Amino acid sequence: MIRLPFVLFFSALLFSAGVYGVLARRNAVMVLMAIELMLNAVNVNLVAFGSDRHDVGGQMFALFVIAVAAAEVGIGLAIVILLYRNRESINVDEVNLLKW
Amino acid sequence: MVAEATAAASGIIRSSWVVVLLPVVSALLTLFFGKRTPGKGAVYGISAMGAAFVMSLLILWHFVQGGGTYASQVNWFSVGPFHVEAGQYIDGLAAVMLVVVTSVSLCVHVYSLGYMDGDSRFTWFYVVLSLFTAAMLNVVVAPNLIQLLVGWEIMGVCSYLLIGHWYEVKENSNAAIKAFITTRIGDVPFMFGVFALIFATGFTTSNIAQIGDLVKSHELSNGLVAAAALLLFGGAVGKSAQFPLHVWLPDAMAGPTPVSALIHAATMVAAGVYLVGRMYEVFINADPWVLQVIGIIGAITMLGSAFMALVQDDIKRVLAYSTLSQLAYMVAAMSLGPAGRNASFFHLFTHAFFKALLFLGAGSVIHAVHSNNMSDMGGLKNPMPVTFWTFLIGSAALAGIVPLAGFWSKDELLVSASHGHELLFVIMLATAVLTAFYTTRMVVMTFFGTYEGHAHPHESPPSMAGTLVFLAAATVVVGFLGSPQLHAPFFKWVFFEEPEAIHFEAWIALVGTLAALAGIGFAWTLYAPRKERDPLRALGPVWNLLEHRFYIDDFYMKRIVYPVRDRLSAAVYWFNQHVLDGIINGTAMATRGLGQVVNLFDRGVIDRAVNGVAGTAGATGGLLKYIQSGNVQRYMAFLFVGVMVLAVVFAKLV
Repeated sequence: MIRLPFVLFFSALLFSAGVYGVLARRNAVMVLMAIELMLNAVNVNLVAFGSDRHDVGGQMFALFVIAVAAAEVGIGLAIVILLYRNRESINVDEVNLLKW
Repeated sequence: MVAEATAAASGIIRSSWVVVLLPVVSALLTLFFGKRTPGKGAVYGISAMGAAFVMSLLILWHFVQGGGTYASQVNWFSVGPFHVEAGQYIDGLAAVMLVVVTSVSLCVHVYSLGYMDGDSRFTWFYVVLSLFTAAMLNVVVAPNLIQLLVGWEIMGVCSYLLIGHWYEVKENSNAAIKAFITTRIGDVPFMFGVFALIFATGFTTSNIAQIGDLVKSHELSNGLVAAAALLLFGGAVGKSAQFPLHVWLPDAMAGPTPVSALIHAATMVAAGVYLVGRMYEVFINADPWVLQVIGIIGAITMLGSAFMALVQDDIKRVLAYSTLSQLAYMVAAMSLGPAGRNASFFHLFTHAFFKALLFLGAGSVIHAVHSNNMSDMGGLKNPMPVTFWTFLIGSAALAGIVPLAGFWSKDELLVSASHGHELLFVIMLATAVLTAFYTTRMVVMTFFGTYEGHAHPHESPPSMAGTLVFLAAATVVVGFLGSPQLHAPFFKWVFFEEPEAIHFEAWIALVGTLAALAGIGFAWTLYAPRKERDPLRALGPVWNLLEHRFYIDDFYMKRIVYPVRDRLSAAVYWFNQHVLDGIINGTAMATRGLGQVVNLFDRGVIDRAVNGVAGTAGATGGLLKYIQSGNVQRYMAFLFVGVMVLAVVFAKLV
């Protein structure tokens, strides 16, 4: 049985990698993938805590998050496609029209 | 039949106000629908006056039957505890006056059909004519001084409009202005007199009968009553054209002749005498010198205007001066006590008919020869028989020939003056001689001899000639109403406090008739042989004096009108320009200065504060807006930092 702190440490690393990807990547697809990393880091946490406390609720929540993440990716990729069609680019730095 | 009429009369006296209202309604109808009505609207005035005349006769019938005074009123307006009523006060005097006013006005309305035919302002003429009559009727029935004042002033305006009816000619509009302003000079004391009386009662009433009772019981201050009487008489002097305010009346001849008849027979000039008689309690209970002043004014006017009538060439001016003189008889008789007052009203009554007849007859002549001057007339008795005979009747009545109206009333006047007022008696007698003289002169110059003018004289249309016949009949008849031999019914209707016995003194009747005959005979011998020059010109300087109206008009022009026009109005203009305008401009400048200070404060302080707040907000916003870059990743970075900070704070890691 792997002890909880290791799992949490792994999950934190995973989340950090995700945050880094969201903040630093220019490619929109990569940003989406980084978001997936963050979500999965959360899933790891949920499962880990559920297992630690013998509570099945953690796994259930993880399943819900996976379902929502699938939907989110669907919408996200659709946005990226539309973005590419309009701007011929998926560089998020160039997507800055919504400003002062 | 008689019983029915009596019942109708006592019923109709309750609605005497309708008599006043009828001409008002006809004036309005003529004004709004006159031009669209066939005959240009004269029908309204004539039918209203006809109805009013019939009603007046029924009202008089009430008094013929021995009926009593009727008064009723409703509250008109109140000023604090002071109530003013509007209503009607009908005694025998008012009833007689109603008949006089409506009958003469009816005649004038009918007569104007012919006389004013083709006039460019025919309809308007009828409007004002009706309004004028309504105003006079209002004066007659008014139970209180305020209502009387209203009618009094409306008459002033209407006389102005009527005298200036042909205002295209400068003299006519001047005459209208002169009449208006001169009577106005009398109206001012009149108004003060009214206010003085109301003040004397302690602001409790303006009712004429109540004021009369208060004065009689000597509850009001003597000085105030005397002052009020004199001030009221000032109004009468203006309206009845007595010396020194007589100057407007001869000039008022500029108006159309029917107007002259209306003004000088039944309305305007009668109003002054009527006022004095109506307020007689005030006059007779005031200090005796008030009545003496009235007598003196009357005597001066009587004799002076009779003299001036001698030298006039304009036929209407002869009649105008004659009116002055006859009115002066009435005014002078007012100073003789109750008997004189009643005689005065009898003369007013008879004079109304024969003077209306004379004016309308003169109008008929003028209509025929297109000239006012008697030197352009002569020999008109053949082409104008109706006018001639009716005019002759009117003239004989004016001269005081038995048994016409003027004889009886003049006899009463002489009788009332014969007891203790010898000087006035002599002046009246002298005036009677002069009256007969100028009347004969007028008749001879107009109707006898040969025609001197260039027109083609013809008899007037039926509307005019018929009116003359009607008035001539009245002139013959009405005198008998005051005849002592027939028990003088007039004096049973018109009396002061108690009906008085009427005396007939044969020697006075004889002296009066002799005076009239002397005047007629003298004038006939002078004028019957027609001459180029007026025989009276032989008087030389006296002729000049009379022709210049004793220089009274010139004196007024030189000493009052010109100074007022040139100096007083210049001074007032200067005062207005420099003082009043200075005050107004100063106030305006001060306000503007204050406005500038406020403006500076508004801009410098308030606007700056408001703009400062706005500017600060704008500048801050301008700086902070760069945070919203549109770059989602940067937002995420901020969010991340924020979450980190919160985490550190809440987890108490520090």
